[in-house]
Amino acid sequence: MTQAFGIKGSGVSVSINKTPILNDLSFGVRSGSITGLIGPSGSGKTTLMRSIVGVQKISDGMLTVLDLPAGDKRLSYKIGYVTQNAVVYDDLTVVQNLRYFAVLAQSSREQVDEIITKVQLQKQRDQIVSSLSGGQRARVSLAVALLGYPELLVLDEPTVGLDPVLRQELWQLFSTLASQGKTLLISSHVMDEADRCDELLLLRDGKILWNHSRERLLQTTKTDSVGDAFIRIISMKGKA
Amino acid sequence: MFHIRMTFATAGRILRQLSHDPRTIALIFVVPCVLMALFRWLYDGNLAVFNNIAPALLGIFPFVIMFIIASITTLRERTGGTMERLMASPIGKLDLILGYMIAFGLLAVIQALLASTLVLYGLGLEVSGPQWFLIIMALADALLGTALGLLVSAFAKTEFQAVQFMPAFIIPQILIGGLLMPLSQMPEVLEFIAYCLPLTYAIDALNIVVTNVDLTMEAWRDLVVVIGCVILAILLGALTLRRRR
Repeated sequence: MTQAFGIKGSGVSVSINKTPILNDLSFGVRSGSITGLIGPSGSGKTTLMRSIVGVQKISDGMLTVLDLPAGDKRLSYKIGYVTQNAVVYDDLTVVQNLRYFAVLAQSSREQVDEIITKVQLQKQRDQIVSSLSGGQRARVSLAVALLGYPELLVLDEPTVGLDPVLRQELWQLFSTLASQGKTLLISSHVMDEADRCDELLLLRDGKILWNHSRERLLQTTKTDSVGDAFIRIISMKGKA
Repeated sequence: MFHIRMTFATAGRILRQLSHDPRTIALIFVVPCVLMALFRWLYDGNLAVFNNIAPALLGIFPFVIMFIIASITTLRERTGGTMERLMASPIGKLDLILGYMIAFGLLAVIQALLASTLVLYGLGLEVSGPQWFLIIMALADALLGTALGLLVSAFAKTEFQAVQFMPAFIIPQILIGGLLMPLSQMPEVLEFIAYCLPLTYAIDALNIVVTNVDLTMEAWRDLVVVIGCVILAILLGALTLRRRR
C-alpha cells in the first residue's frame, strides 16, 4: 500500500433533521485514482459527497480531506465539486459563467478556453446556458469544477444522460486527470459506470458494502461485473 | 481578508446577467420616472401638493424597486444552488455581498440621476437647498433598499414569499414614515416606532432639502442614519450566508 489516501473517514455519521443518513462509515479514497461511489438512489451518495466538500456538517466521526479536516476553508481551492443538477447561471453564456468562476478559482482566461475545448463546448461558447440541452449544461457545470485543476474532483453523477461517445470521452479525460495525480470520486447509480473505476466504494442504506479495488471485488465475489457483484455481496452479508 | 477581484467579478457577473434581460433594466430606469410624471400630472392644478410629496417619492421609489430586485435575485441564488457553489469556493461572504451592493448600487446611481433630473428640470420641483443632497439621498435610499432586500431574502423560501415582504416590510415604513402625516401629529406610539425605521429619516432629509436653504444638522443626521442602516443590513446579510449546513 504505497498510495496515500486523499480522503479518509473513520466512524463518519451524518444525520439531517434527526434522520440518520450515513451510519458509522470508515473508508479511504486513494490519491491519484478514480474511485466510484456506487449505490442505488437514496443510499447516501450525495450526502457523503457534500460532507467531503464541506457543505454538510458531519454529526460524528473524523473526515479528513487532503490531510485537512473536511470543511476547512483552505480546501476550497483544492476541491472541484459538481452537483447532480448542473449549478451554473442560466442567464449567462457558457464563457461568461466560466470566466466568473475562474476569478473565484484564481484560474486564468487561457485556462477557460482550454477547459471549454476539453468538455467540447466550443460551439456553445457564446450561447446562453438556459438554451443548452441537459447534457451541455452538465458539461458547463463540470467545466466550472475543472477550473484551477483542483487536486480532488468530487463529481455527483456527471455522465448521466450523456451521449455514449461523449461519455467515453469524459471517462478518458477522468483517467488522464487521475494519471496526473488528481483524485477523483465519481458517483453513479448505474452499475456499468463502476466498471470504469479502479477503486470502488459501494454504498447501500447509508452503510459501506465494499471499499477496495474493483478487481478484488470481482475476484472475491467470483463475478465479472460490478452489478452482479453488488447483488452477491448483499446476499453474502445477509447470510453472515 | 477581502478579495477585491472576486468582489468586482461578482458585480460584473450580476450586471451581465441583467444585461441578458433588457426589459428588467428598462423597468428599473423608466418606472420611477413615469410614476413621478404621473404625480406631477395628477397635481397639475395644485403644484404646492406636488412640491410636498415629490421629494419623499424620489426616495421611496428607488428604495422599493431596489428592494424587490435585490431580494428576488438573491433568493434565486440561494434556491438555485449557485449560492452553495459560491460558499464552497474561496469567495468570502462579505466579498459576495459587496459585489451585489456594487452592481445594484451602479443601477441605483443611474436610476437616481434619471429620476432626480426629470423631477428637478422636467417637472419643475422647487428645491431651496442644494440639489446634490437630494440626489445623494435618493441614492442612499436605493442602497438601503438593496441591503434590506439582500437581508430579508434569507427569510424567504420561495419567490412568492419574497414578494410578500414588500407589503410586509416596506408599506408600513411608507405609511408612518412622515409622507402621509407629519410625525408630530401621529399617535405617540406610532411616532416612536417611526423613529426606529430607516425610511423615516430618508423622507425627513428629502423634505428638509426642499424647504431649507442650508443643510441642517438634522439633514446630516438623517443621511448618517440611512447609511448606518445600510452597513448594518450588509453585515447582518453576511451572517445569513451559511458555509455549512
